[in-house]
Amino acid sequence: MNKISTGQALFLRSLKRRRITVRIARAAILILFLLLWEVSADAGLIDSFIFSSPSKICMCFREMVMDRSIFLHIWVTLYETIASFLLVTLVSILTAVLLWCSRRLSEILEPYMVVLNSLPKSALAPLLIVWLGATPTTIIVAGMSVALFGSIMNLYTSFTTVDQEKIKLIYTLHGNRRHALTKVVLPGSIPSIISNMKVNIGLCLVGVVIGEFLAARNGLGYLIIYSSQVFKMDWLIMSILLLCIMAMALYAVIGAVEKIYEKRF
Amino acid sequence: MKPILELKNISYSYHTPEGETQALSGITFSLSPGEFTAVVGPSGCGKSTLLSLIAGLMRAESGEILLNGAPLTENSSRIGYMLQHDYLFEWRTVYRNIILGAEINGTLDDKTKKRAEELLEQYGLAQFARSKPSELSGGMRQRAALIRTLLLDPELLLLDEPFSALDYQTRLNVSDDIGQIIRKSGKTALLVTHDLSEAVSLADRIIILSARPATVSDILPVSFSLENDTPLARRNAPEFKNYFNKIWKELNRHE
Repeated sequence: MNKISTGQALFLRSLKRRRITVRIARAAILILFLLLWEVSADAGLIDSFIFSSPSKICMCFREMVMDRSIFLHIWVTLYETIASFLLVTLVSILTAVLLWCSRRLSEILEPYMVVLNSLPKSALAPLLIVWLGATPTTIIVAGMSVALFGSIMNLYTSFTTVDQEKIKLIYTLHGNRRHALTKVVLPGSIPSIISNMKVNIGLCLVGVVIGEFLAARNGLGYLIIYSSQVFKMDWLIMSILLLCIMAMALYAVIGAVEKIYEKRF
Repeated sequence: MKPILELKNISYSYHTPEGETQALSGITFSLSPGEFTAVVGPSGCGKSTLLSLIAGLMRAESGEILLNGAPLTENSSRIGYMLQHDYLFEWRTVYRNIILGAEINGTLDDKTKKRAEELLEQYGLAQFARSKPSELSGGMRQRAALIRTLLLDPELLLLDEPFSALDYQTRLNVSDDIGQIIRKSGKTALLVTHDLSEAVSLADRIIILSARPATVSDILPVSFSLENDTPLARRNAPEFKNYFNKIWKELNRHE
């Protein structure tokens, strides 16, 4: 180990202190919020029938863990989200490649893509239910519809903004357009594919929950709608919290994939 | 000696919705095997266009390009082209960047792999074979790019201002370095540059182009009476400034 100078040691210490402060402050906000919520519900400052309370939510969660019903709801939402996410990733990469291969096709389709992308996808959900029935397929398609068109447009843009000189290099090495795609465009676009995936996983979850609102018999989206109708606020808020955790976990998984990629290259 | 490359009355124009720009007009010259020729001209006169035409990346609108006496087929594998920047891909190691051309051409066999390693060794990059390109200095990157081109064993090397992206000191070293590598390999080279001293220090012959649309305004043979004829030695020779001034005058004649 090199000996560290005093200046460097001071800098490292202040850096560490700052990180710790940030962490403590983050945790404190959460704890303080939960405490305030619990105390004011207990003291009757807020109506715990409407606002629930952390302890009631915990109890509710424990009950549903005991009778195992919660696992089904979590699993259904998770499965539908992952399925629609994987399909969106696959379909959007393939479509973007197709559009990249044919400039004319992409020019022809551009206005349609813009319209489909700006359309509020929740408007499509009732249509999908009529066409596909109240099945998990509908919900997966609803999840896909939210992310798909934006994803195709983003990927296509990143494919076409690859440095043209790099593609010229492939031609100077006597390659053709297929080589330009496999040696430059695709490997060079992996960072934007990953950041696109990060956006998509969140959007797919949104689409799946919208789908479950309208056409499901299980899943966290269904649980939210059902509990709001029967005024079970503990269930409702617990479901929202579970969705938060799920969104964070899914995002973290893709973050980990990104880290692995960065480490390798 | 039969020329390796002949250009006969080459013209080329760029077309945009706004109008047409003539880049090259009636360019005629030829290269002998083993010769190092430089092309100089005012910036934007169409020097790079010329190389793209020779490399077969674009087609001339009129005129004829002959390679070894035969009309140029598209994207001939006998021509190697070195671009202005090295464009080493960050997602490949130095070694895998170097074999990219062989990979694309489907010629990546054990012999080529062995040759790649020999070339890396020869040009002092052996210990960086498994490194990322970003770990190399500008000069080493340019050498790696040269190996990538040489590995396809081209007869004719086209160099498109390959040193212009480097800082001055590196540039002198690398042009000295690469100039000697190319001379030793006995390959025919066509260097496009806007740096007159680079042209004088490297070339056997200098083709001077006029402003756009480019025409050949003069072809100047260069020879130095040096025992050890390297680019750096040339820069110190008394003839150097005469050649430099001659080209300078020719370039400014039309202004």
